Amino acid sequence: MLIVECPNCGVMAEETELVPGGEAHLKRFGPESSDADFESYLFQRENPRGVHFERWRHAHGCGKWFHAARCTQTLEVFGTYSAQTTEPPQDIRERVTAKRPGWTWRTLS
Amino acid sequence: MSTRLQTGGRLIDRAHRESFTFNGRQMAGFAGDTLASALLANDQMLVGRSFKYHRPRGVVASGAEEPNALVGLGSGARFEPNQRATTTELFSGLTATSQNHWPSLDLDVGIVNDSLARFLPAGFYYKMFMNPRPFWKYVYEPFIRQSAGLGRAPKVRDADRYEHFHAFVDILVIGGGIAGLQAALAAGRAGAQVLVMEQTAHWGGRAPVDGVRIDGRPAADWVADTLAALDGMENVTLRRRTMGAGVYDHGYVLGYERVTDHTPCTEGPRHRLWRVRARQVVTATGAIERPLSFAGNDLPGVMLASAVRDYAVNWAVSPGDRTVLVTNNDDAYRTAICLKEAGLEVPVIIDARAEAAGELPQAARGLGIRVETGKGIARVKGGKRVTGVTLCAQAGEGAVLEEVACDAIAMSGGWSPVVHLWSHCGGKLTWDAEQAHFRPDAEHAPTSHDGRPFVIAAGAANGALHAAATLSDGDASGKAAVKALGFKAKGGAVARAEAAGEKPPAPVWMMPQGADIKLRAKTWLDFQNDVKVSDVQLAAREGYESVEHAKRYTTLGMATDQGKLSNINGLAVLAQSLGEEIPQVGTTTFRPPYTPISMGAIAGEARGPVFQPLRRTPMQDWHEQNGADFEPVGQWRRPYCYRRGGESRADAVNREVRNTRQNLGLLDASTLGKLLVKGPDAGRFLDMLYTNMMSSLKPGRCRYGLMCNENGFLMDDGVVARIDDQTFLCHTTTGGAEHIHAHMEEWLQTEWWDMKVHVANLTEQFAQIGIVGPNARKLLEKLGGMDVSKEAMAFMDWADGRIAGIPARVFRISFSGELSFEVAVPASRGRALWDACVEAGQEFGLMPYGTEALHVMRAEKGFIMIGDETDGTVIPQDLGLHWAISKKKADYLGKRAQARSHMTDPDRWQLVGLETLDGSVIPDGAHALAEGHNANGQRKTQGRVTSTYYSPTLGRGIAMALVHHGPDRMGEVIRFARLDGGDVEARIVDPVFYDKDGEKQNV
Amino acid sequence: MSEPTNALGGVRYDGIAMIEEAGPRGMVTLRGDLDAPAFQKVAIGVAGVAFPARRAIVLDGDRGLAWMSPDELLLMMPYEAAGDAVAALGERLGDAHHLAVDVSDARAVFRVSGGAAAREVLAKLCPVDLSPAAFEPGQIRRTRAAQVPVAFWMADDDSFDLVCFRSVARYVFDLLSTAAAPGGTVGYFRHGA
Repeated sequence: MLIVECPNCGVMAEETELVPGGEAHLKRFGPESSDADFESYLFQRENPRGVHFERWRHAHGCGKWFHAARCTQTLEVFGTYSAQTTEPPQDIRERVTAKRPGWTWRTLS
Repeated sequence: MSTRLQTGGRLIDRAHRESFTFNGRQMAGFAGDTLASALLANDQMLVGRSFKYHRPRGVVASGAEEPNALVGLGSGARFEPNQRATTTELFSGLTATSQNHWPSLDLDVGIVNDSLARFLPAGFYYKMFMNPRPFWKYVYEPFIRQSAGLGRAPKVRDADRYEHFHAFVDILVIGGGIAGLQAALAAGRAGAQVLVMEQTAHWGGRAPVDGVRIDGRPAADWVADTLAALDGMENVTLRRRTMGAGVYDHGYVLGYERVTDHTPCTEGPRHRLWRVRARQVVTATGAIERPLSFAGNDLPGVMLASAVRDYAVNWAVSPGDRTVLVTNNDDAYRTAICLKEAGLEVPVIIDARAEAAGELPQAARGLGIRVETGKGIARVKGGKRVTGVTLCAQAGEGAVLEEVACDAIAMSGGWSPVVHLWSHCGGKLTWDAEQAHFRPDAEHAPTSHDGRPFVIAAGAANGALHAAATLSDGDASGKAAVKALGFKAKGGAVARAEAAGEKPPAPVWMMPQGADIKLRAKTWLDFQNDVKVSDVQLAAREGYESVEHAKRYTTLGMATDQGKLSNINGLAVLAQSLGEEIPQVGTTTFRPPYTPISMGAIAGEARGPVFQPLRRTPMQDWHEQNGADFEPVGQWRRPYCYRRGGESRADAVNREVRNTRQNLGLLDASTLGKLLVKGPDAGRFLDMLYTNMMSSLKPGRCRYGLMCNENGFLMDDGVVARIDDQTFLCHTTTGGAEHIHAHMEEWLQTEWWDMKVHVANLTEQFAQIGIVGPNARKLLEKLGGMDVSKEAMAFMDWADGRIAGIPARVFRISFSGELSFEVAVPASRGRALWDACVEAGQEFGLMPYGTEALHVMRAEKGFIMIGDETDGTVIPQDLGLHWAISKKKADYLGKRAQARSHMTDPDRWQLVGLETLDGSVIPDGAHALAEGHNANGQRKTQGRVTSTYYSPTLGRGIAMALVHHGPDRMGEVIRFARLDGGDVEARIVDPVFYDKDGEKQNV
Repeated sequence: MSEPTNALGGVRYDGIAMIEEAGPRGMVTLRGDLDAPAFQKVAIGVAGVAFPARRAIVLDGDRGLAWMSPDELLLMMPYEAAGDAVAALGERLGDAHHLAVDVSDARAVFRVSGGAAAREVLAKLCPVDLSPAAFEPGQIRRTRAAQVPVAFWMADDDSFDLVCFRSVARYVFDLLSTAAAPGGTVGYFRHGA
């Protein structure tokens, strides 16, 4: 059972306090978007063995959403960060690079 | 025979006798006995029958690894099957029964399987029961189910109580032997928060039994001193009878504490599940001795050498008068020496090695014990009890050299570190060729959330088998753990352990090495599951090369002991059969728990009244006191109807509907979700959430709204009231309150964080009462306080005020088609308002009504219900709700999805009403039949019923359904399947059955 | 006019720790920009106590101010005072974007007292480090108790106040009573409360 630090309230929360929210940094496509873009937004998801960026909610806690950079293979949590961002901040990316040089995720690396 | 020795027994208190029964027979032991030691002291060597062949089986081990001595403990509400006698502490009044036999342990008919053993090899069931196919269901399966299973399941509700406990520590030490205690000492001295778990009732592990001396004194003295030191440290907690059950991700460890198993009459929980989060885990879990593989090694009287020693030293029990020792290592000689010193006979030590020149063998010879090197056991003699052994050359094929009479055999195939907890969370193993065992590979430890290793193996569990190494490895492990956490390990003198030196063992996987098939077919690997050497060899021949496949094919290591004794021997046989090395074959996966833990401990407090949360409205007591039949709605229990006198549920529902339509009904609507949405962008936000326009709603007014998810599917509906310019109160369905609140927060926090909107869930702040029916206004006027006239409060208006002196918000909304008000008051006043309504409403014919009457009335009006008309695949357009979908808005959640080709397909089933021609009620969920059959031979369908009720208002069955091109087929008669195979005809009609013009609610 | 009632009528259970239903207690949820000095000033003024740090609660008699999340506070006061507090907040915060609402009736409050035993009762139900070194007066923790959300803080050195939703008051009381049943002392927090 994982422990993840909620960056909003600072609690090192165990998984039973958290609700997973799937892949992070999806770009929403609305009316007028192409079928391909919309399909990708709704259904296409990364499924990496290794570095992944995810959404979590501290549901049984402060109630806030946040992002986590995590290794799906070893379950190492590289860091957590604000939900109010469209891509991982630089410091998080540097921490991932320090642990997993050469990582890639979508177009990031 | 096995018996109690006159003197000795370091764990028993001869002053306290404990009486117990085994299979109804009265027996006695001493305080400090285990059930196994007490049974042996009573010469009860035969304790059970094996699983497949029903062979007689006796105690083999002295601890958690015991495969045979499984008994049913207790009776009635405290009966529990498959309990290991070796880990059951004796107490007065204990009742135990043996398992897997009929009619009795001594006389068992199932033993016939043993004579048929050669027809029941590995995979027998898979091969035999393949054909003919129909036989499986009617002949084979019922027969196998009859004879399968180990022990009986309890039939009565468990009388005991269980609980969880969350603990957070720096360092968790699992195992209270000398390595674990020394690790705890090192960690405790450094100032870390330390928790030590020991699965038995005693500290010190094997060292006191094996005559180890620490700092020149008996190990037991050092253990006592160390415990006193640890107990004096505020940062160290010691728990006996607590097993480290499993190591999981990120330092999560489950501990299984048997709190009152040994004193069943005391208050308190029986078991406590420790849910520990540890920053470092030291697994000082010791090692388990391996059996040797020789013919007849499963007979009662054949035991592990270490167990024989344990019984003699700890409990003063001798398994026999004449014990033959068979070994491949020096350590086992301690057993022979200990027996000899206790005055018992050891006719011969059979050592498979070519020479035995170590300190211990010399000591044994010095006591006059005959040592035969290069020899093995050809076969054990005896039926329900060992009577002798035949010796052979280990290098040969089993030709008998001589026969030795004996009544017990102590065997030792070397030691395997207990690597289970190290391995649970991904710790890797390395093969130690010299010791012939797998031990933890420190380079590949399990890693935690920070990517750093969090498990350290210590002592014998780390392969440090000799006491001197065990103790110093414990110290090193404790220091490594504190160092990993940034504590400073304290220096100072470290205790030194001394024990007789040992020469390396020689791996012996078969005895004799060239044993023929007759011997191999009587040579057991897995005692509990009856897996023999010949079975594993057969599996290898048949192509089961993966150790995991071979395990499942043969059932090796699959029973309650999970192969604690059999794994290494089994995979060595598999490796030999495959011509591979042992490390290449590898082990099967070690999974938690280490030994079985009780279901009660896993459930913890969650049983009986607290099995799950049941939510209660402020009026719940009244409902319970006034005959409500409840139905679950989420975690709420809402009144389904209120039965009067001898009424059936259907009668009560019909009465409630009629009374509400004719007089006055009262509904507890408190469970509806109430979400307050406030901010300058609240209107814009709600326009995105609802399919219709909310920003245009005027303060003081209400509007019905639909909510879809991004897939376009309907997820919730309800009435929105605009409180003021910046504030809206959104009502959700009963089941929707929490998840719609979460849905709103998710979009606000993760997508539209630029919007200035706050949401608060006020569902529980208010009790809400529906006052429904032609007399609704009269009741409110009588209660007094607010002007609820048609002029002052029009349909879909709301207003704040006081009703019956209670601060209230009144909404004039209707889900029944009648004149209707919903009154919200603070939850603490809900019951008072309800009581006031009931009392004042008598003269107006008030009756409370439940959810079923609510459903019937909304269906009569053609109102949809989330969860009935919707199932996660239905869009508003399917339900004819185009009027509630804004054409003006550029965007709302679901809009883009509703433009996908499948969503705009005119062939989607659409909502209609149905009237049965014969007036009956269509079965719930019935499908509309179409002509022809599909590729699977199933009848084609053209629609399905979503809601179906008897309408007391219309006096007939009515229904709502999604039907292919339904709205274009008004008046057409289609057929629906009944469960009895027949069908029912129904006419497609408008879904609004009652008061189409809404005159009833507009008064 | 009726008096406000708490959810369970003030039940109590005397086990290894004492469980008592408290309340009704005045509670106001206040959401807004917690970093804004003006917002802080209003919150302090209406609550009548100092502004809490992250995950902290400031208590003074029956008044209090708790940090609930980065944009949410909980004000505590006598039950009768909640309505006025909401009005005062609305007035003083004016156009500043905020939400202030009375939630007094949405909650049930339990007092769990008994020193180390009180800590153990909570530690049986909540995945939280309740050791004296990790949890002390002045902290507030939102978490779950078994299957429902709760929040708790220490009312004094020996007791906790625990808040849950009103509808699950019975469930939570039963949970606490079960955890506090005789014989249930764990003895883990033996070294001081």
